[in-house]
Amino acid sequence: MKRRDFITHCGMLGCSALLTPQSSSPFLTNIRAEDAKHQFEARWYEKLPHKKVKCTLCPRECVVDDRERGYCGVRENWNGIYYTLIHSNPCTYHIDPIEKKPLFHFLPGTDAFSVATVGCNVDCKFCQNWQISQIRPEQAQNIDLPPEKMVRMTKEAGAPSIAYTYTEPVVFSEYMYDSAYAGNKAGIKSVMISNGYIQEKPMRELAEVLSAVKVDLKAFTEKYYQEVVAGELKPVLDILVLLRKLNMWTEIVYLVVPTLNDSDQELTDLSKWMKNELGPDVPVHFTRFYPQYKLKNLPPTPVKSLERAREIALAEGMHYVYVGNVPGHTGEHTYCPNCQEILIKRKGFWIMDNKISNGKCPKCQTVIPGVWS
Amino acid sequence: MKRRDFLQRTMSIGVGFSFLPFTGKIACSKPLINTDSRVVQVSDDNVRKGLSFDQDVLEKMIDNGLSHLYQTEQIDGIWKNLFSRDDVIGLKVNCLSGSQGSTHKVLVEAVIEKLRNAGVSAGNIIIWDRLNEDLESAGFRLNWKNKNKILCFGNDVAGYDNELYINASVGSLITRTLTQICTATINLPVLKDHGIAGVTLSMKNFFGAIHNPNKYHDKVGNPYVADLYELDLIRGKTRLTICDALDAQYEGGPPFKPQWSWPMNSLLLATDGVALDRVGWEIIEKKRKEMGYPPLKQIGRNPDYILTAGKKNLGQSNLNRIDWQKIDLG
Repeated sequence: MKRRDFITHCGMLGCSALLTPQSSSPFLTNIRAEDAKHQFEARWYEKLPHKKVKCTLCPRECVVDDRERGYCGVRENWNGIYYTLIHSNPCTYHIDPIEKKPLFHFLPGTDAFSVATVGCNVDCKFCQNWQISQIRPEQAQNIDLPPEKMVRMTKEAGAPSIAYTYTEPVVFSEYMYDSAYAGNKAGIKSVMISNGYIQEKPMRELAEVLSAVKVDLKAFTEKYYQEVVAGELKPVLDILVLLRKLNMWTEIVYLVVPTLNDSDQELTDLSKWMKNELGPDVPVHFTRFYPQYKLKNLPPTPVKSLERAREIALAEGMHYVYVGNVPGHTGEHTYCPNCQEILIKRKGFWIMDNKISNGKCPKCQTVIPGVWS
Repeated sequence: MKRRDFLQRTMSIGVGFSFLPFTGKIACSKPLINTDSRVVQVSDDNVRKGLSFDQDVLEKMIDNGLSHLYQTEQIDGIWKNLFSRDDVIGLKVNCLSGSQGSTHKVLVEAVIEKLRNAGVSAGNIIIWDRLNEDLESAGFRLNWKNKNKILCFGNDVAGYDNELYINASVGSLITRTLTQICTATINLPVLKDHGIAGVTLSMKNFFGAIHNPNKYHDKVGNPYVADLYELDLIRGKTRLTICDALDAQYEGGPPFKPQWSWPMNSLLLATDGVALDRVGWEIIEKKRKEMGYPPLKQIGRNPDYILTAGKKNLGQSNLNRIDWQKIDLG
């Protein structure tokens, strides 16, 4: 496939997938026969009496009856066996700058082959990709993209990494694992762009083939997680600590939503926790909320709120604190925590200048943590 | 069907049905007797004919049930008051359980016979559920091409409306069958236990109308089931509910489990879906007790969403205030 054809194809897929599912003809949906639908048995579940199953992939632990699906809508119990319906069946892929994930300390300035299936294991009221994250496989225009083909396309695009992103990769963990495994054999890294709502066992297994994880920490209160996310905070914090123990390169995104998770107290508690449990070097991105999906009654986050969040985290001792979704803001740059030199200058998703040399600040030789090559 | 054929078809449906009123209310000139809190349970053991059911007996059960529901002998008048010739009537079946445990095809055929006798043309009757494959597995024959025959298709054919319908805890895309095609609904759920939501009856049957039902089973479906039912598109268009209790199930649902089902040989009729659900819940609790199973509350499956619907004034959830009439025909 030529580069031009590839980009055209990506563009077409992206456009169609991000439309609401009903806006394209339902005859374009991938309605498949049962035998084709139930090809890939799920990897993390238990069989229960009377053909029930218990999913052990995410903290929900859905108990699913025969012919029913779990909360994510992409796993189905068929005659007592649990299947993933989305393995090798993404709804979209693109070539994105890695900064878009955002991962700021991971191969800056490179592209990531970015792929998603439908489905998610939470239901954030502000979801920007709900048209694909909150639907079922049969409601989307999916494509056949087995791991080996994905790796081949990644190499053809000249991208050093694959990003599992846009929706929630936890729900397509088997596909992610197999693709990351195939990628590693071909020298392609894999990064998981996730909400971190996953159980320890599958996360440990995935960590064997991943090179970085970005976790959306949606708030620092259980109340917010219950009311806005339809999930829980504690399991996400546990996963962040686990990733730290596993020495997995991890960055955190915190979407600042006016009045709901932006109090000084909450941001202070969050910053203290991050510093104590994860250390000061984990990058944290305070990003701007825009009203959409079910949360349209709030204004976009004032830039001042993001700046205040950044100040609080820096004051608590975090070293790499960014402002996100505000292109051109000085909070997008990477600063040396020792001499305050601008090391990576960014504008939006683009790298304007990168002074990091051998993983160090060229001015004071401070080691800057990250995956730089 | 090719894409072009489909687009032409959907366009023709849109144009053909565009003149129809979308009032969401009964199109009758004379107000019917208030049936709000009445639920009629009509039973007849003669309905069984070998391994199948006798459609003639079923039609008599429907007639008798409606007669008691509306307290009139003028059965034809009831149907004609409920539906006009111009109505496009969706029959919302429940087909998730395959050939057994779904809305019986013979019941649907009996209802269709009644509608046809009332002057509704075949092309104005649509049997629908979530997916074509579900309908087929329950024995229904698909048809979305021949407008001179009864139509039958899933949401995968109709597609979903562009608008995100948000009400309290729910936010969903709704099938075009409800938003753009049908002017009225006859709800045809099945009386059965549900492993998460406690029971699945008339209100929960409308989970088959939305694109994301998997998101609304948390907390035993409370308040999601009630919040969805509150939408005018759903509650407002539902003019009659006939719950299939020919075979009922008190444990192990929603999939069909023969060891926990029993031949109840009954139908439940109501216009108040909440009242019907409250009665259905009571029937299942009594059967569970009779068979030595604990109450749903004891095992964390109390269907509180029914009580929530009552509190939201969507119908009557207080059993003491429901006029539950039991008619035994044989």
